Amino acid sequence: MLAYAFLAPSLLLFGVFMFYPLLRSVYLSLYSTDPAGRVASFVGPENFTGLFTSGLFLDGIRVTALFALLTVPAGMLIALVLAALTHNLLRGQRLFQFAFSLPMVLSVGSAAVIWKFLFHPSLGMLNYGLELAGFAPVPWLTSPKWALLSVSLMTVWMNLGFNYIVISSGMQGIPDDMYESAKIDGAGPVAMFRKITIPLLSPTLFFVLVVSIISAFQSFGQINILTQGGPMDSTNVFVYSIYREAFVNFRFGTGSAQALLLFLVIMLLTLIQFKWVERKVHYQ
Amino acid sequence: MKKHIAGQAAVYLILIVAAIFALYPVVYSFFLSVMKPEEASAFPPSIIPHSFNPANFIDVFGIVPIAAFIGNTFLVSGIVMVGQLITASLAAYAFAKMDFKGKGFIFSLFVASMMVPWEVTMIPNYLTVRSLNWLDTYQGLTVPFLATAFGTFLLRQFFLQLPKELFEAARMDGCGHIRYFLLHVLPLSRPAIGTLAVYSFLNTYNSYLWPLLITNSEMMRTVQIGISMLEFQESTSWNLVFAGITLVILPSLLLLVFGLKQLVRGMAAGALKG
Repeated sequence: MLAYAFLAPSLLLFGVFMFYPLLRSVYLSLYSTDPAGRVASFVGPENFTGLFTSGLFLDGIRVTALFALLTVPAGMLIALVLAALTHNLLRGQRLFQFAFSLPMVLSVGSAAVIWKFLFHPSLGMLNYGLELAGFAPVPWLTSPKWALLSVSLMTVWMNLGFNYIVISSGMQGIPDDMYESAKIDGAGPVAMFRKITIPLLSPTLFFVLVVSIISAFQSFGQINILTQGGPMDSTNVFVYSIYREAFVNFRFGTGSAQALLLFLVIMLLTLIQFKWVERKVHYQ
Repeated sequence: MKKHIAGQAAVYLILIVAAIFALYPVVYSFFLSVMKPEEASAFPPSIIPHSFNPANFIDVFGIVPIAAFIGNTFLVSGIVMVGQLITASLAAYAFAKMDFKGKGFIFSLFVASMMVPWEVTMIPNYLTVRSLNWLDTYQGLTVPFLATAFGTFLLRQFFLQLPKELFEAARMDGCGHIRYFLLHVLPLSRPAIGTLAVYSFLNTYNSYLWPLLITNSEMMRTVQIGISMLEFQESTSWNLVFAGITLVILPSLLLLVFGLKQLVRGMAAGALKG
């Protein structure tokens, strides 16, 4: 009996704010709602088919996948290189660790506002730097061609802290004697990195990959502050599009349908990664 | 040997360039926060400040209630943190140390709920909070986040590692579950509880979408929303925006300066066990 009392607070809160809303999402996704969020009429699967025919779903997926492609590999590669370079540094290790972890403690709210100014067409430091280097200014956030790339640039910077910290601490877990014996066998730093660091680090890299892809699919704050989905929907990622459907257009039905599709996509991604990628991962 | 030194120099060169890129946006915010308005909106922009105007930090309190934003955010993050520690440690104890009917089923419910992205429950939760008249209140900002499956899982893993003999010895002394939990398990689990505390505090401190949805009045806004509001005030100059940003990011920077090591350990533990 006592056990249920211990569980009761969590179960009650989950019931009200997790399990019930999950069912309610399914229910809402089958109805159309009035602007106040009251259910107006049953529409069946129309919300879902509508998402496909209007292109809202496919465009959202396309933009989000592109965003993931622009941010995840670059973010992981940079963090991996920096973690490897700072791993056995004799001088200044703490200083560099501090610098590369720094973006992690900034929230998306402040980070996005800082970058909004860096991206500023005339006052921004980025265009000034390009001008000094003899290049033409770039319409960072105002051109459909550049906007997603700009948001990705900021996101790679923002994710650096987390990726760097997790990968660094993964590297610390690799025993030193493995490197020692490889050294005796005459292995150079590059060979050691490829033959020892990468395989032994693969569980950590796998974890970072899963988390990064999922977080790319859940990005919202930087989009809302930097571009609001524009210009011309070029940065209208999935969660932003859910937000816009439900809380700007007040279509809670299609919003819910979209949210459920996000759920499916994220679950699918996680499953694929565990099924296919994990086979190639080396566990000790 | 010469090759070795050249290699070292190249490593440092790469690291210094990378560190400049990583630090620059933050350092630049500090620079802007002390500039005079003319300088902050001049072209070409100053790479380092040529004017020093610390009054920005006082002026920014005049355009937005930034003290209220910071107070709100600390209050909300603190409530969520304490709440999560209580609910998660209780549930984790039940899963780790108690036997009851339906344990396997209830535990799999907890684990499964970790797979649900928060956005899926966002719309119904908004409607629930609105029907409770909790829009623009501290209840609305905190209650939906008081229980956490991730935290329960993290603490359960830790509780399971506590030696069985300890429990048996305590039992012999006539210690029931409640006393054992309060007097033995909780004090012994300080590292795991600390990790969960830091993790949940930072998570709430940095959350953006939920406070954006459910707060309307200026006095209920949290820091993250407040900062982006600063930027939309037409009359505001950038030096004041950045004075606000500096005030908001200073606490987290201090946390990093003093707690980098613990944070790294905590992240690693949380990341790899979760």
